[in-house]
Amino acid sequence: MKDTIDQTPDRKAWMSLMAKAPEGRVAALLDAALPRPDYTWLRAPEIGSVMVRGRAGGTGAPFNLGEMTVTRCALTLPSGEVGHAYVQGRRKADAEVAALVDALMQTDAVNVLRTKVLDPLEQEATARRITRAEKAAATKVDFFTMVRGED
Amino acid sequence: MYVAVKGGERAIQNAHAWLAEERRGDTTVAELSVAQIREQLSLAVNRVMAEGSLYDPDLAALAIKQARGDLIEAIFLIRAYRTTLPRFGASAPVDTGDMACDRRISATFKDLPGGQVLGPTFDYTHRLLDFKLAADGETPDAPMRETEVGPVPHVTEFLNQEGLIEEATHVDTTPPDLTREPLEMPADRALRLQALTRADEGFTLSMAYSTQRGYARNHAFVGELRIGTVPVEMEIPELGFAIEIGEITLTECETVNQFKGSKTEPPQFTRGYGLVFGQTERKAISMALVDRALRWEELGEDNVGAPAQDAEFVLYHADNIQATGFLEHIKLPHYVDFQSELELVRKLRREVEASQGQHQEAAE
Repeated sequence: MKDTIDQTPDRKAWMSLMAKAPEGRVAALLDAALPRPDYTWLRAPEIGSVMVRGRAGGTGAPFNLGEMTVTRCALTLPSGEVGHAYVQGRRKADAEVAALVDALMQTDAVNVLRTKVLDPLEQEATARRITRAEKAAATKVDFFTMVRGED
Repeated sequence: MYVAVKGGERAIQNAHAWLAEERRGDTTVAELSVAQIREQLSLAVNRVMAEGSLYDPDLAALAIKQARGDLIEAIFLIRAYRTTLPRFGASAPVDTGDMACDRRISATFKDLPGGQVLGPTFDYTHRLLDFKLAADGETPDAPMRETEVGPVPHVTEFLNQEGLIEEATHVDTTPPDLTREPLEMPADRALRLQALTRADEGFTLSMAYSTQRGYARNHAFVGELRIGTVPVEMEIPELGFAIEIGEITLTECETVNQFKGSKTEPPQFTRGYGLVFGQTERKAISMALVDRALRWEELGEDNVGAPAQDAEFVLYHADNIQATGFLEHIKLPHYVDFQSELELVRKLRREVEASQGQHQEAAE
């Protein structure tokens, strides 16, 4: 099932984006963009776990922190493109749609998917991140020194 | 003679049916949804994920509902579910320096790059019951302030320009995994950290507290405490490259500890480390203190015989599922065991009485 198309940085970015998308969001965007094509399962959606690792002291030797749930699947389009998905949580429908988008991104649907699915996803993720960062920034302590009358 | 006993079946079924009814409580009160638990009891959800050792807020919320809010029972349910999952692999170690921080404070340096960011904390609240919450009060929107979004450096990074703090050297070894191999002594630091991050919060807190009160005193300062999200990246074999497979909330605590030096190490600040799933800062601070106490041997410190220095004691008693499993099993039927104990005590009693009778006869 190894793919030969070398678009690694791009592909890494869109797969990562879809793995973290809120439940049902990729499906809603895809279905608004174009009708879903037929496909064949290479690996039907499967729920499993991934052991998450950390590093002692943040930068030292790795240790096992605990597992997280992940859903994965792989499919192929009639024209031969293979789509893979690994998404956080137990979300078979989301894994399916992420693999479909991954496969379709290798076809001439690439531009419509980028503008109607991936760009909005990216914008929404950025907006969520900025909102939290700005709430955090509002809780930043502004120290000021009182003048001490000691002379 | 061993006699097999049956007959509990109907009693057990009826007990479970009553449990379900009691779990629901008064049906004139609206039922809790799993989403409500996930969103509104999120710190309980975080504790169940951390000690259940499985990051999945929906599952943790479901477990809390099923367990009627008994968090150790909920953790038990999560641990049991976890064993049914096939493991797809292990992630690359998360980069906590890349964390999108909700909270980030240092008790050692006031003016640190990135500043002291309090986040959604209970600190500085008055701990007075808020009766507005009982009255379905509306929540105010959290204020916002424009800021640049980006990673915040770790405190120890810029603290260490003088070289006064022990370095955490970057190495890439495959860590031992106590979910695959039984926990055995001696346990290296990676194994200890895995055991501590899933350890019972109460036990870890008490162990940490004992070090503060003087048992293996090592005077910890919270160099940095940060809470926020990090992406989780994993190498995908069928693709041949790594992708982010999700994003998790973590709490990280780094302590810096006064250290006068030892036979092997110069005077410097040493470090304790805590890293825990979710917003779980009491646990992360406790973990860092216990981690530091357990490091006495590699730092060439004296073992003063304190409980928190005893890796075997700490690690073999820190897991609340192991502990509760063994503890609670004693309430299950032990009729046969007890019959033999009863026989033994009766026999001993007869012997004692017989010998006393002989003494009396001899005295007369």
